Amino acid sequence: MARLSYVAILAFVLVGCLWLEIALRTRVLARPRRLLLTLLPVVVVFFLWDAYAISQGHWWFDTGRILGLYVPGSVPFDEILFFAVIPIASVLTLEAVRSVRGWPAGDEPDDA
Amino acid sequence: MTYTQLGLLAIVAMVVVDLWVLRTRLLRRRVFWTSYAIILFFQLVTNGMFTGFGIVKYADAAIIGGTSPVTGPPPFIGDGRLAFAPVEDLMFGFALVLMSLSLWIYWGRRGVDRTPTAGPPVWRADDAGE
Repeated sequence: MARLSYVAILAFVLVGCLWLEIALRTRVLARPRRLLLTLLPVVVVFFLWDAYAISQGHWWFDTGRILGLYVPGSVPFDEILFFAVIPIASVLTLEAVRSVRGWPAGDEPDDA
Repeated sequence: MTYTQLGLLAIVAMVVVDLWVLRTRLLRRRVFWTSYAIILFFQLVTNGMFTGFGIVKYADAAIIGGTSPVTGPPPFIGDGRLAFAPVEDLMFGFALVLMSLSLWIYWGRRGVDRTPTAGPPVWRADDAGE
C-alpha cells in the first residue's frame, strides 16, 4: 500500500479539481483534443528536466512510496502522471475562474 | 546546472514563451494571476505532502537549502524551504503552470476545441448567454 503514496496524492489533486467540471461547467474534458495538445509538450519538456535532475542527483525518490515502474531515464512512471495531472488541474482552475468571473483569457471567439 | 539555476531559467523561458513565442500574454491578464494564486495554495499543500513525507528528497548541491534528512521531515519553513519543499519547487511549479495555461490558450486561439466555452456555474443556470 505504501507504494501507492505518490499516486494517492495525485488522486487527491484530481478529486480536488475534477468536480469543477460539473459544478462550474469548466468543459475541459469536453475539449479532449485541445487538452491532449496542451499536455504532450508539457510532459515531454518536464520529463527531460526530470531525467536530467535525476541523473545529476538533484532529487530522488523513496522507492517504497512509488509504484516501482520506470520510463527511460530512470524517471518513475508516477512522475509522468504528475506532469499530466498538474496541467489538467491548472487548466480546470483557469476555466473555473473564467466560469465564475467571466474575465477574458485571449482565446475568445471575437479576440483578434 | 543546479536546480536553483534551472528553476530561474525555466521561469524566464516560459515568460518568453507566453509573451513572445505563443503570444498568449497570460502574464498580463487578471484571469491568470487569480488562477495562479489558487494553484499556488494547493501546490503548497500537495507538495508539502510529497516532501514532508519524504517521497521526494533533494541534494544540498542542487538547492539553496540543505539535503533532505534520511528520516523525518525537512524544516517546514526556513533553510530554503517553504511547506517542507525547496523554494526551487515554486519556480518549477510556476514554469509548469504557465507553460500549460499558455498552450491551452494558444490552441484555443488556433481554433482547436475553442468551444464549448466554460460556464456558467450550475447555480447560475439562468444566464447561459455568457
